[in-house]
Amino acid sequence: MIPLSWYLILAAGLFSIGLFGVLVRRNAVAILLGVELMLNAVNINLVAFWRYGDISLMAGQVFAIIVFAVAAAEVAVGLALVISVYRRRNTVVAEDLDLLKW
Amino acid sequence: MTGEQIIFLIVGAVTLIAGFLVVTVRNLVHAALWLVATLFGVAIIYTLLNAGFLAVVQVVVYIGAIAILFIFAVMLTRRQAAETGPAMNKNWWGGAVVAVLTFAGLAFLLQTWSGFSKTAAAIPSGFDAVNQLGGALTSPAGYVLPFEVASVLLLAALVGAVYLAFNKK
Repeated sequence: MIPLSWYLILAAGLFSIGLFGVLVRRNAVAILLGVELMLNAVNINLVAFWRYGDISLMAGQVFAIIVFAVAAAEVAVGLALVISVYRRRNTVVAEDLDLLKW
Repeated sequence: MTGEQIIFLIVGAVTLIAGFLVVTVRNLVHAALWLVATLFGVAIIYTLLNAGFLAVVQVVVYIGAIAILFIFAVMLTRRQAAETGPAMNKNWWGGAVVAVLTFAGLAFLLQTWSGFSKTAAAIPSGFDAVNQLGGALTSPAGYVLPFEVASVLLLAALVGAVYLAFNKK
């Protein structure tokens, strides 16, 4: 059997990789790719805790389904924002969008 | 080492490598394709965790919809996809330090927890996870309210995305 620790370490690694992507990438679409990796890492944790806890309590899987829905909504709105910004400013580089910076 | 563990190690390594390539590859179309590989790896992890329905949803929703949406967005912002500047900002080492510290902190916190290395109990015979999940999502004693709120959220996101991307001319 696989111990719970393996899943948790895998999820922590995937989350850290996603965090790295969010922090360092310049392209706004690439930043959203990093967010997707982080959401997937969280989902692995949720499903692993469902499997290793009381299996008749479905909260872990229900939470994972809600995370799917939120991720789909986040990507749809985020990419619409990127495309809208690209139309107006002709750039998708996050550090060029400094309108609110003094 | 059992076969299950070998499968987990191979899939986990492929998932992490593909995830690392997602955030480091310069060409965004390649990054989106590596994201598809990562999502497939996570779907296999769900299967190993006996969550077959979530594995199917992962393939249909994440790979079928979200990854394709990313590829569309990359193509619509094409001139910037192969941008001339660096792929990462100049503080990339700071981001790397934060990511490594996050991983180290998570790993340290987890290994102090008593349930860290516990193994899964066997699934009772006749247990139908999909049936249980469907019941939990639709029964008032379960999670019907979050389920309906999620549908409202999706509708709001749909309207918002159409409004934002609409060309007002």
